[in-house]
Amino acid sequence: MQAETTTRGAVSDLAYPPRKPSRLAQIARELGKNKHYYILMSPYMIIFFLFTVIPVVFSLGLSFFYFNMLEFPRFVGWENYARLFLNDDVFMIALKNTFMFAVITGPISYFACFLFAWIINELSPKVRAVMTLIFYAPSISGNVFFIWLIVFSGDSYGYLNGILIKYGFMLEPIQWLTNEQYILTIVIIVQLWLSLGTSFLAFIAGLQTIDKSLIEAGTVDGIKNRWQELWFITLPSMRPQLMFGAVLQITGAFAVADISIALAGFPSVNYAAHTVVTHLMDFGTIRFEMGYASAIATVLFGLMIGTNMLTQKLLRKIGE
Amino acid sequence: MKVISVFRAPKKLNRSFTVSFILFVFLAVFGAFMGLPLVFAINNAFKPLDELFIFPPRIFVNNPTMDNFYDLIALMGNSWVPLSRYIGNTLLITIAGTAGHILLASAAAYPLAKYRFLGSKVLFSIVVLSLMFSGHVTAIPNYMVMSWLGWINTHASIIVPSLAFPLGLFLMKQFMEQIPDALLEAAKIDGASEYRIYWTIVMPNVKPAWLTLMILQFPMLWGTDGGSFIYSENLKTLHYALGQITQGGIARAGVGAAVALILMVVPITLFIISQSSVIQTMATSGMKE
Repeated sequence: MQAETTTRGAVSDLAYPPRKPSRLAQIARELGKNKHYYILMSPYMIIFFLFTVIPVVFSLGLSFFYFNMLEFPRFVGWENYARLFLNDDVFMIALKNTFMFAVITGPISYFACFLFAWIINELSPKVRAVMTLIFYAPSISGNVFFIWLIVFSGDSYGYLNGILIKYGFMLEPIQWLTNEQYILTIVIIVQLWLSLGTSFLAFIAGLQTIDKSLIEAGTVDGIKNRWQELWFITLPSMRPQLMFGAVLQITGAFAVADISIALAGFPSVNYAAHTVVTHLMDFGTIRFEMGYASAIATVLFGLMIGTNMLTQKLLRKIGE
Repeated sequence: MKVISVFRAPKKLNRSFTVSFILFVFLAVFGAFMGLPLVFAINNAFKPLDELFIFPPRIFVNNPTMDNFYDLIALMGNSWVPLSRYIGNTLLITIAGTAGHILLASAAAYPLAKYRFLGSKVLFSIVVLSLMFSGHVTAIPNYMVMSWLGWINTHASIIVPSLAFPLGLFLMKQFMEQIPDALLEAAKIDGASEYRIYWTIVMPNVKPAWLTLMILQFPMLWGTDGGSFIYSENLKTLHYALGQITQGGIARAGVGAAVALILMVVPITLFIISQSSVIQTMATSGMKE
């Protein structure tokens, strides 16, 4: 979007050569000189701004309005936020669940990505390729998590119930997916199963490109065991990948919704697997309270960005 | 001794046999946790109906049969919207979305990777920032933009936003930074335009990154159920059809398993083909401070 307006500026600059080198003219000349770059970027940037950047800003603004898609939006100030934090018990459940998911799946999946990448990297190339495939496959096989529906199915044909009954651990099948006690745990397990994705690949790649001479130099400098090697050489050398992986895992951990809906239903029993995202869907696509839903979206945005920034700061300290 | 031979020739700091063995068992246990559900899914597609509902349930199929796939083909012919239509819709969305994404993201990545100009840094920071939140944040304004453009209930509503996913641009840009400047300058001296350089020099040099963007984009679009944008039955996708079929109950369980296998096999096959290129691209994926 920006690029489009800038190229137009460049054309007018050529038509009227600048008399005095004013600041504006200087900018215009700069834009004209690089117009090919702006043209190359424009298709991507127009779509990116239209569907990502502008919507974020728009959503932020809309969160201060009452809007139901029919009447003209009415300014309500902080009312949406006040209602969200003071008057909405379900949102509190959603927030609590989201934190539960994020605090458990975020760090565990992150460490799992690294740990498995680290172990797999020690294998011979052929075995490594196969193991990479096995660990990565769940995250790209899309909707295969439906298989977990069969595993946790509530009747005795479910794999888990079937096995537990067969070996005499219990007599009656358990309704795994409609029992408040188990839902959250099950969603977390399946979420973890799906979470060895792009970051996992980035870590494997990062480990493979570590400079071997660094490790040799480290041995000379008195690095005694693998743990010291890990902390002083391996982790600092792949800090860029670690930061990249952290961003993806954190964003994913806060965005739990599809798995929860697929396994526990929407809404889940007593909101046991309700998250901020499903709360957002509830108000945005069912109740059409767009202003209120935008306030939820803004809170979600703040949570994700805030946690990411904090983590980036922490990761810079590795190996110091 | 077999265990040790799996691990590479020891470097300077060696592990003891015990540690190697523990790691091996650890990897095997979690490998089974990751792999077994996929094995279930594959076996289910070849199970006859009586084996799908056997007690106690079995993982592996006893009498493999292709019946589920024949039923699927029969179902294609006589349902209200033929199944081939769902497959066609999914293919259209996936191929257009993936190819377009690779093209647009690389066109935008080339200037960002190789040149500094007004706004280049800001634009790239915005892209990095947008990696830090998920699409859910923008879902509501997106719906309004779609209805304003008149794209509700068209395939464009799924294809076009997917063209500008930030992860692809990020990875492509990081990878393109490796292209030696000398190569680009030589072309410029020969009088090639920026577009020509992009198309004939940069693009052929980043083939591994194409495959990476494909492997990230493809499964996402392949598995889309059309979301809230598409409501006409004849525009829906294969994933949506799977949901409908499995709701057909016990009689359709076998067909459902067959469709699930089709949905699963395609992205995994693509990854097997492109694995080494993807790892190569990911090596440059890091975030600099």
